[in-house]
Amino acid sequence: MASTSTLGAHIVKAMGEEPAFKVGHAVRISVRYPVGHYRVPTYVRGKCATITAILYSGVNNEDEGFGKNVGAKAHYYRLAIPQKDLWPEYAGGATDVLEIEVFETWLERTHPL
Amino acid sequence: MNPHDHPHDHPHDHAPIESPADAAPSYYEVMETSIRELLVEKQLISPAEIRHQLEVLDSRTPALGAKIVARAWVDPEFRSRLLADGRLACEEFGITFYDDTKLIVLENTAKVHNLIVCTLCSCYPRPVLGLPPDWYKAKPYRARAVKEPRAVLKEFGTEIPEDVEIRVSDSTSMMRYLVLPRRPEGTENFTEEQLAALVTRDAMIGVITVNPVN
Repeated sequence: MASTSTLGAHIVKAMGEEPAFKVGHAVRISVRYPVGHYRVPTYVRGKCATITAILYSGVNNEDEGFGKNVGAKAHYYRLAIPQKDLWPEYAGGATDVLEIEVFETWLERTHPL
Repeated sequence: MNPHDHPHDHPHDHAPIESPADAAPSYYEVMETSIRELLVEKQLISPAEIRHQLEVLDSRTPALGAKIVARAWVDPEFRSRLLADGRLACEEFGITFYDDTKLIVLENTAKVHNLIVCTLCSCYPRPVLGLPPDWYKAKPYRARAVKEPRAVLKEFGTEIPEDVEIRVSDSTSMMRYLVLPRRPEGTENFTEEQLAALVTRDAMIGVITVNPVN
């Protein structure tokens, strides 16, 4: 991803420096079962979600917890999932949602670039 | 000690009061004690450090959160800062985030009611509310709050109209959530202190609303 710095110089950023997704993007949460200190509850895996906020880029504690890639950072998002998509038998308003935080490593595109 | 080890010079017909402290320690309690004693024995941490950390935890209570909420109700600029970055705004009050978590403040409105939960464990805005209640850490609340929030709310006596969105926030890792309840009607002339007295822990978790004042 390229951008122009305040110095006017053309700065090329490395992959992963910028978040891959923007607010409003639709994503799918991966279905994976890694061994580790994962922070993605199983009930949201495989579900489609909308990004409501890009929180920050922080230490990925899923790896950190097992001493792997110590200090490695990942973009961290807040996502919204309609309750009716999570629970087919959900009793409540159609607008009810669940919001949850997920690292970028768990997010997949739902449509091509 | 056995509840009836004391001299029996007074009549009483109550059942012996069982304190949890009398029960045998659980597997994890034994593990915690063992690790703590080993760490102290190896001089990696000191008993004074453990005691200090308990003081840190004890110094955080829902009264702090209530002060934050009351300030947000009376000061629109503070409210904006609080909603933009909960941690920064709380730090204005001298509240430190000793666990290096961040804080998102979720504002209840006429259209949205927020509820917080941690399905994986017991993530809770401890820096501003102190220790979570036992039910918050128990599996029934954790499992049901995400799946049937309206039924859970009803059990707390909270009925949210169908056309109001229920927004459940599941805290999974580095973010903590605090609900900013709606300011009740009839409090227009209240002082900030009087307002803070209305705000309870459960309202900041989102299981209840702050009741209107008659």
